[in-house]
This record gives sequence, structure tokens and C-alpha cells, in this order.
Amino acid sequence: MSMITIACTINGERVETTVSSRENLADFLRDRLALTATHVGCEHGVCGACTILFDGRTARACLLLAAQADGAVIETLEGATRTGRLAALQKALYERGALQCGFCTPGMLFTAAELLEEHPAPSREEIREALSGNACRCTGYQAIVDAIETAAKDGRAER
Amino acid sequence: MTSSPALPAPIGERVPHRRTRRLAHGRGRYVGDIKIPGMLHGTFVRCPHAHARIDAIDMKAAKSLPGVVAVLTSADIAKVCKPWRGVHGLFPSLNAPLQHALAIDTARWSGEPVALVVATSRSIAEDAAGLVDVEYTPLPAVADPESARDGTTKIHPEFGTNVCLAASHESGDVDAAFTGAATVAAETFRFGRHTGVPLEPRGLIAEFDPTERRLTVHHSHQCPHQMQNDFAVLLDLPEHRVRVIAPDVGGGFGIKQQLYGDEIAVCAASMLLGRPVAWFADRLESFTADIHAREHVVQGRVALSAHGDILAFEVDDLHAIGPYSQFPRSSAGEGRAVLTQTGAPYRFDALRARATAVFQNKGMSGHYRGVGQPIACAVTELLLDKAARKAGLDPIDVRRRNMVRSADLPWRAPTGVVYPRLAFEECFATLEAHVDLVGLRRDCADARKNGRLRGLGLACFVEQTSRGSGFYGAGGVAVSSRDGCTLRLEPNGAVRCLSSITEQGQGTETGVLQVIAAAVGVPLDSVDILTGDTATSFHGGGTWGSRCMAIGGEAAWRAGRALRAEILTIAAHLLQADSTALDIRYGVVVDAGGAARMTLAEVGAVGHFRPHDLPGLNPQLVASASYGPDTPFRAGCGIQLAVVEIDPDSGMVRLDRFVVVHECGLVVNPLLVDEQIRGGVVQGIGAALLEELLYDSDGQLLNGSMADYLLPMAPELCDIELLHAHAAAQGGDDLGIAGVGEAGTTGASAAVLCAVNDALFARGVSIAQIPCTPERVLTALGVI
Repeated sequence: MSMITIACTINGERVETTVSSRENLADFLRDRLALTATHVGCEHGVCGACTILFDGRTARACLLLAAQADGAVIETLEGATRTGRLAALQKALYERGALQCGFCTPGMLFTAAELLEEHPAPSREEIREALSGNACRCTGYQAIVDAIETAAKDGRAER
Repeated sequence: MTSSPALPAPIGERVPHRRTRRLAHGRGRYVGDIKIPGMLHGTFVRCPHAHARIDAIDMKAAKSLPGVVAVLTSADIAKVCKPWRGVHGLFPSLNAPLQHALAIDTARWSGEPVALVVATSRSIAEDAAGLVDVEYTPLPAVADPESARDGTTKIHPEFGTNVCLAASHESGDVDAAFTGAATVAAETFRFGRHTGVPLEPRGLIAEFDPTERRLTVHHSHQCPHQMQNDFAVLLDLPEHRVRVIAPDVGGGFGIKQQLYGDEIAVCAASMLLGRPVAWFADRLESFTADIHAREHVVQGRVALSAHGDILAFEVDDLHAIGPYSQFPRSSAGEGRAVLTQTGAPYRFDALRARATAVFQNKGMSGHYRGVGQPIACAVTELLLDKAARKAGLDPIDVRRRNMVRSADLPWRAPTGVVYPRLAFEECFATLEAHVDLVGLRRDCADARKNGRLRGLGLACFVEQTSRGSGFYGAGGVAVSSRDGCTLRLEPNGAVRCLSSITEQGQGTETGVLQVIAAAVGVPLDSVDILTGDTATSFHGGGTWGSRCMAIGGEAAWRAGRALRAEILTIAAHLLQADSTALDIRYGVVVDAGGAARMTLAEVGAVGHFRPHDLPGLNPQLVASASYGPDTPFRAGCGIQLAVVEIDPDSGMVRLDRFVVVHECGLVVNPLLVDEQIRGGVVQGIGAALLEELLYDSDGQLLNGSMADYLLPMAPELCDIELLHAHAAAQGGDDLGIAGVGEAGTTGASAAVLCAVNDALFARGVSIAQIPCTPERVLTALGVI
């Protein structure tokens, strides 16, 4: 199989390497860069656990090839945590008991953050709709909706 | 919650689950995140047929691929791994076929592992698996439960039948009850096969050290001690040199509770190769080879008197379990739960119950959250609704009239089960204080008058939790009903806990921390906990049957009180005081007046570094306790209420309201208990409306991806209103905790199915099958 040279920015750090043409981005992040907060739950782009930020938008790492990362700016939960920009959501999820096994949580955080950037005061229905592509098998979602509502309120209060 | 004297804080407080702070910050360590030097990767070749003879396996091409270390077949694995039978000593008539880690000459389900490829990377192993050429002769497959029971094709010819186990129970004069009944309602119920779908698939890393014959397994599993025993016995290793470590586990729900052939094959591969071998299931493998559950066909009848008293139930349960009896717990449990939990919330005199488990050529079936109890609950509640409607009685009044009351306790049910404690009066009172049931029924009736399909369903449920050793232990099954806790006082006065409870997200670790902080008298933050490692903790049961908090929490309480007593003895020596006049509050030894006398850090420092200040005392600074209930189970109970509206054009069922009232004794952490119940409810809702593993008549799985097997997602759910009823304390000399893990799942499907039928009743049709898919709803309505 052919190898492809890529150069990209991941969590603020420059990465230049070669990847195989069939290597998917989730495996590349996890296995090559040890960024294990990107979880692989279904490998079909359905469960949302592998959601990352790709050029500023949420994307499913399991549906992207590592080769597509050439020139991209990528953020995983490790990087987003370091910047502190998810801190309000992380705090709200923790305090509300809105995660149990934690496997879906990285994807939930990116999806919720994107929602709040676009809709700082979402209704509960809008929050539920925004989470339509993120499966959680533990919580039944209600606590997640509560936590996102809380983070949204706290975020507005800070402005 | 309990009415016994209040236990000290932080018991009862809404403390967030400590471990989740780490998980929310991307610092989880799941088994798939672990890398061990020299680690190889395994991939399984799985049989594509539901039933086939294996004629030949050509491994030449696979073995020649660079990076491939080994291609192992059943004959290779058999050199180090014994086969097993899922027997149960209490059910000597149970037919338990011999099962091998990899299929040896015949494969009996589509997805059964046939060969294991081990390579230096997963992708090479997957490439090589594609090059393994297996010649099969397809055999006739048995798929649906009735043809498994009645057909001529036998999956295990040595038994002469496809019946794994037939069990029955009869009590009272059933025939007289039905003959004399004012109303008899009968129905045949169908329950769709579904599965737990933990978001983290199964996986493990097995690391065998041949120099010491030592096996270490990093395992995404609920019961590491059980697996330590299973691996030791089947791989012929000394149990004390087998160590199973369950790191962060991404959900379990019963799916990570059994021995799997693929998983022990990975251990065997590590033994054969002397190198660490990892395997992580992909999602298709999860759907084909994870434990499935709840494929039942139940014929049920109920008899009511003219006043609406329940006279008798009769149930005949047919349960299809795939091709083998699961190991080590056997496949006796699910049918038994149907036998013993039919009619559980109600008083009645006569019961005839039969449960038949049959083999078929579908994936292995086993213990998914609730284990048979959701079936018993749904059958009971649907029959009551049907009978009440037929008799012109209010279905809720019928329940209220027949529920087990405190005056009936201990209630000796015709199932043979004795319930020392149920709290339905309290649950009904709590429900009625919160919900205007009359108004809600009127609202649904008014909607139906206007042509809408709106319905209310109510299900009473009993959950058996925290079991003793009477089922597994007495049946010769090496599954512990106990848990243990060791506490060490560190030099800084903090407490380190080693517990045998396990975590897949429930929050039990945090509950145990709260219990220890209360028992010793230290701040919550002064206690640290380590779980999920068989080398560090007592041989405990881990997660099954809603037990960790009730049993592991009790062990923690007892260890905490013992450590507290030793700390007070040391302090009394140092202070030349009477230890009974001292107490520990928030990490400080205080006197009877509450004045601080000494910190635990001072006690720790003396105990560890200056024991000469305690001549003759020989301080231990450690305390252990283990605990196992000597009762068959502890019951939780409750009521679930659903309001649904059906779109007559699409057949979609929309949830408009869902209420749960629950009673479970002492609630150590209301925040975490509530979310356990909500999460369980949503799995029951999924079963009622969405989830079904669809197989064709040849035993081929048709929907093995998350795009096709539908899980409940956020938009189609409503908020779940949750109320705790308050009843008298559990009694006994322990903390009085009942488990909650399976409560939500036990009653939710029944409540939804009752609500759907309430909505459909206006059109004179009904559904006795879950999931209630749009297609089934439209078929019932005669639209398609």
C-alpha cells in the first residue's frame, strides 16, 4: 500500500509524518500519537464517540482517512482540555452525573461545545436534537441535557 | 431511603462520581488504550454460516503474510485450553453441550470464532484473516424458537432434543381458579432478541509469562475475580498466578459478565506464543458474538374474580438461547426469573408456570440487564390490563386492589419466592401525590375521542437484587456472592481502600468512598480507592445482579468501623484516655465534648514511624471485612408510568411523559442512584420501541451495525421524572441498601407496551410484541 506524507497541526503542535493510504484518522490519532481520548465505538460514523474538531468543525475521526489530515488543524479532547475551552461543560457534566462509563463523553463534549457556540441559549429540545448523532448507553441523556443547559447558563452569565 | 437512625454524612449526599472527572477530561484508560511492549494483535476468522461443518482450514496464504506470527485453530488452542459445559448443579436435567474456545468441527452460529490470526498489528491480522480459507459444508439451521422446540433438526444430536432446560412450577388449584373466574384474559407475547451494546466493545490483553507460568489479563469485564477463576481452571494455571485487571470499562450491562470463547482463546494464544496478545472486538463482531438476550415467546393467562381480585396466573415461556448454555453461570437464570417473578407485585393464590430454554443457530444468549425480570413484568402487566379492560374495570384500580401490602409481609408468593419486604403502598402514595392519575387518564381518553392515539401505561415491578449464594454457590458455580474491602491508614492520616467491587460507570466506587468516610469519620477527599484488580482485593463478585453497593458497601462499612476502632485505641493510648469517650470527626480525634485532641495524621505518623510510643500495642493500621448476604435476595420495587402518543400515519410512538417511583432502602448517593435508574429505564424503552436483532430464517443476522440496530437517542426520549418512596428500613444489622442497577430496565418495557395498547384500544386493536416498531403499529392498525 502506498504511504502518504502529511503535515498538520494537532492540539497546537506541528505533526509531519507518513501515513498509509488506508489508515483512518481515529486509528492514527490513537495508535500513532497516543491520543486515546478519541474513542472508537462503531467505526461507522454512527455512535459519535470519535468526534473531534477538524478545521474548526466537529467531524467523525473514524470516517476520515489520516491522509485527509494533510494541512488540517485538528483538536482532540486532550488539546481542548489543555486550552480550557471545554472547562464549563466538563465541570457541568461531572457535577450533574452526566457521564457514567465515559466512553461517549469526548464526542458529547465536542458536539455540545459546537452547539453552544452557535446557539448560546438552546432549548432542551434543541439540545436533544443536537445530540442526535451521539449515542450514550449509560445515562439516558437527561443528565447530559441538564449539564449542557447549565453550562449554557454559566457561559451567558460570564459574558 | 430509610427511617432508621440517620447515618453520618457523606452518606445520603449528592456527590459526583469521582472517577468521571478524569473521564471527562480525556484521561480514561480503557483496555484499548493500553500498550504493552511486544504486544501482538489478534483477529478472529468467524463462521459466516449459522450452522456448518468445518471441512478444512487452509492457512498457507495467511501465514505467509509478513507480520503474521501465528494462525491458530481449535486444535492449537486445545493444547492449553480445556473446553467447558455451562452446567448448573441445581438443574441436573440441563443439557449443557461441550463448548470449545474456537469451533472444533462444527460451527453453530454465524459469528462463531473458527481461527485466530495473531500478527504484529491489527491491520495485518485483519488482512491475514481474510486470507484464511475455510471450507464449510452448510448444515440446516434452526432459527426461530418454535421450530427449535418442535422441528426435526437437532443442533446437538447427542441430546436428541433442542431443549436445553425445561422447568416448571405449580402452586394452588389453577384449573379451579380459571374455571371459576369471572374474567380470563390470555395472550401470546413475543419479545425481540436484543443486546446490551456497551459503547466500548469487548476486549482484552493477555500477557503470559512462561518463566513463572503467570497470566495477567487486562480485561474489559464486570467480574474480574470470576474470570481469574475461569482462566485458572480452563487454562490449568494456579489461580494465585492469574491476575485479571479491569481498567476503565466502557459499559457492561451484563454483556461483559461471562466467559467468551474468543476471549479465552486470546489468553491461550499468549500462552502458546509467550507474548502479550491483544484483541478488541469491532462493532460487527460485537453484534454477532456478544451475549444477546430476551428472545421469548410467552403464552400467558390471568384469572380475575368479579371484584377484580387476581385468582391465578398461567405462563408458558419459550426462550431461545443460541447454541450453548453460557458459562460459567449457565442458561438457567433467565427462564427461572420468568417462573419466579410472574405476578411478583400482586397477591394471588394459584400459579402454573413453565419455562423452556431451547438451542438455536443464533448468537449466544445470556444475562442482559434485568435477566428475565423485564419479561415477567411485561407479561404480568399486559395481562392485567387486558383482563381489566375485558371486565370493564380500571386497570390502575386492579393493581391497587391486588398489590402486596405491608400487612401481607413476609409475602409467600405462589411462585415459591418469599418477599420479606415490598413497599407498593408507599410507592402508590408517592405516585398519586405527584401525578393526577385521574386527570391523566381523562386527558388520554379525551385525546382518543378526538381521534388521537394517546395512551397511559402503568407497570408495577419488583427487582431482585444483592443475591446470596443460594443460586450460583449452591449450584456449584464458581461465582462469588460476596465482596471484600481492605482499608489502610496511611502515614498522613488518609485512608486507602482496596475493594472487590467493580466499575463500568455506575458510581459504586463513589458510594463506597462515602460509606468509608462516614464509617471512619474522615473527609471524603481523605479516602482513595482502587478496584478492578484481582491481585489487590478480596475475591469478590463484581458487577452482576444489582449488588455492588448493597454488598460491597456493607463490607466497606464494616472495614471502616474496624479501622475506626483501631484508630481510637491508638489515640486512647497516646492521650491516656478511654477510647469509648473518643470519636473521630472529619479526620480529627475528638473527646466527648467535641474538642479536638489529635489528628489522624498524628495517629498515622505514630503508628507507622514511632510505634515505640505504643508499647505492646503492635498497631495494625489496616482493617478488612468481607460480606455476603445470607438471604436469597433483597427486593427493590416501584412503579413506572408512561404516556405515549402514536402517529396514526407513520406508526411512530412518541413518549410524552415517563414517571418512575422507586423504593430501594438506604440511598447512599441520590445523584448516582437516580441516573442508574434513568439509564436503565432508557434501555427498557429501547427494548420496547427500537431494539431488535433481526435474523432471517437461515440464522443470518441482518442488522449488525449501529446504523441498523437502533439505540435510543436523545431526541426521541423525554425527561424521566424520578421519585423515591420512603418505606420502613430494610431491617437486619446492615446498612439496609437494595441494589438499583436493573430497576429501570425491569419495568420500562412493560410501561411503554401498556401505554401503546391503551392508545390502540380505542381502535379495537392491540400489540403483544416488542419492539413496537412503526411497521408493527401500522400492521396492528390495519394501515399496512
